[in-house]
Amino acid sequence: MASPQQQQIMTRESVTLPAETAVSKTPGAACKLTAQNVDFFYGSFQALHSISLDIPSHRITAFIGPSGCGKSTFLRTMNRMNEALRNTRVEGELRLDGEDILSMDVTDVRRRVGMVFQKSNPFPKSIFDNVAYGLRVNGMSKKSVVEEAVERSLQRAALWTEVKDKLHKPASALSGGQQQRLCIARALAVEPEVLLLDEPCSALDPIATRRIEELLFQLKEVTTIVIVTHNMQQAARIADLTGFFLLGKLIEIDGTKKIFQNPGKKETEDYVTGRFG
Amino acid sequence: MKTSPARRIVNAMMLSLSGICTLLVISVLFFILGYLLVHGLKSLDLDFFSKLPKPSGEIGGGMANAIVGSGKVLLLATLIGVPIGFLAGIFLAEYSGKAFAFTIRYVVDLLNGVPSIVIGIVAYALVVRPMRHFSALAGGVALGIMMIPIAVRTTEEFLRSVPNSMREGAMALGATRAQTIFTVVVPAAMSGLISGMMLNLARVAGETAPLLFTALGNMFWSKGWLEPIATLPVMIYNYAIAPEEDLHQQAWAAGFVLLMLVLAINVTARMVINRGTASSRR
Repeated sequence: MASPQQQQIMTRESVTLPAETAVSKTPGAACKLTAQNVDFFYGSFQALHSISLDIPSHRITAFIGPSGCGKSTFLRTMNRMNEALRNTRVEGELRLDGEDILSMDVTDVRRRVGMVFQKSNPFPKSIFDNVAYGLRVNGMSKKSVVEEAVERSLQRAALWTEVKDKLHKPASALSGGQQQRLCIARALAVEPEVLLLDEPCSALDPIATRRIEELLFQLKEVTTIVIVTHNMQQAARIADLTGFFLLGKLIEIDGTKKIFQNPGKKETEDYVTGRFG
Repeated sequence: MKTSPARRIVNAMMLSLSGICTLLVISVLFFILGYLLVHGLKSLDLDFFSKLPKPSGEIGGGMANAIVGSGKVLLLATLIGVPIGFLAGIFLAEYSGKAFAFTIRYVVDLLNGVPSIVIGIVAYALVVRPMRHFSALAGGVALGIMMIPIAVRTTEEFLRSVPNSMREGAMALGATRAQTIFTVVVPAAMSGLISGMMLNLARVAGETAPLLFTALGNMFWSKGWLEPIATLPVMIYNYAIAPEEDLHQQAWAAGFVLLMLVLAINVTARMVINRGTASSRR
């Protein structure tokens, strides 16, 4: 599913990309998702102020920033999860491969832009049914196809060898780290073009965290990853691109190395050097 | 400062008073059970469960028709009350806005407070009058209406107890709102829903007033759903006010059977919910 679309992007790249964007700093990557002047409101409170950025294809982009800075809100705006909340409003433009996300069918958006949450949230179903869920609600009922996709997804999430003999056991029997990898497998099963992760390791121990980081590194091959993290070391370890959010504004986004070693803005420098936050 | 003797006495008195009342509360159930058993035991034989009532004046016979009749009327009530209440509860928990939900909840609570005899009259007007005869259906409608409010509130409560992360997880995979509700939220709440509906059923199983002029009752087997039908509560009522001593005894026995039925549903419901929460905690 990914490859023809990839080619499509490759050809479109040269026309859609503005000259001076983050993408141009990671050469060879096409732009998968773009935001233009995105504002977001909870009631009358403006949580995001004119966010503009480009998410490069097959790269890991990390968002860092202190609590309440809007990084999770922005992440949830990208697959329109915030729509489920009452009294919220988004303005501006979000494009996935040039298509307007805000006017697309919302279930299509979420199938194409998958999400993994802070706290693992396996359904009270078997391991198999958890991974198969996304396929089934999207109308895939052919058993062989579902079985194949479940195995492939669990393998990609580096969970297959641990669960292959207990696929029909309840997902709640897995450990916390395994549950989070199950949630990643579940998201991968529908072959999302972009995978959003909202602090996926915040509830995990260092070993489980490391496994997930290694996993994300491999997943760049099949999808585009955007991760919100509280942990700056994590961003430094895995991200190609890092964006720094503060008080609902995107202060800057650039190559990870540059952000951590030679940031362009004073606020970023203060944050990454631990002077506040 | 030392505690004065008066305060100590009051304290001790309050403790013993509330203790005695607690004991009273617990003993009421056992007293009722015992009383029913003592007075009805002689009639509690195989005949009671397998035979029809004897014509007036004859000794013996049973209540097989009323036991089956109660089952039929309760089945109808469940088929009417549970789906309506369940779907309305889904709307209340998953779709409606705060202000609207408040209004619905208020109305549902008012409906819950409508005296059962009044609901009986409504079923009489809506079903019995147009059909021109009493029927199991009319009884089922009356009890079904009585089940609606609790069905709504039970559904709402248990759906709300499902963490939002479940809904988000499903929707993030491209599930529609309805798919999310019916494939994730409802299954997650299933054990609570089942036990809530059982308790709801147990609550209306003993209702008599709305059945008096809907199901009416008779002394033989009723065919189908559109004839008058005997039920345990109405049978108890009729036998208890009859002059014959033998019928009084049978009324006690019927009371015992009805109570055991209700208790059995209650206990089963609690087992269902306990098992449900145990497995989700695992």
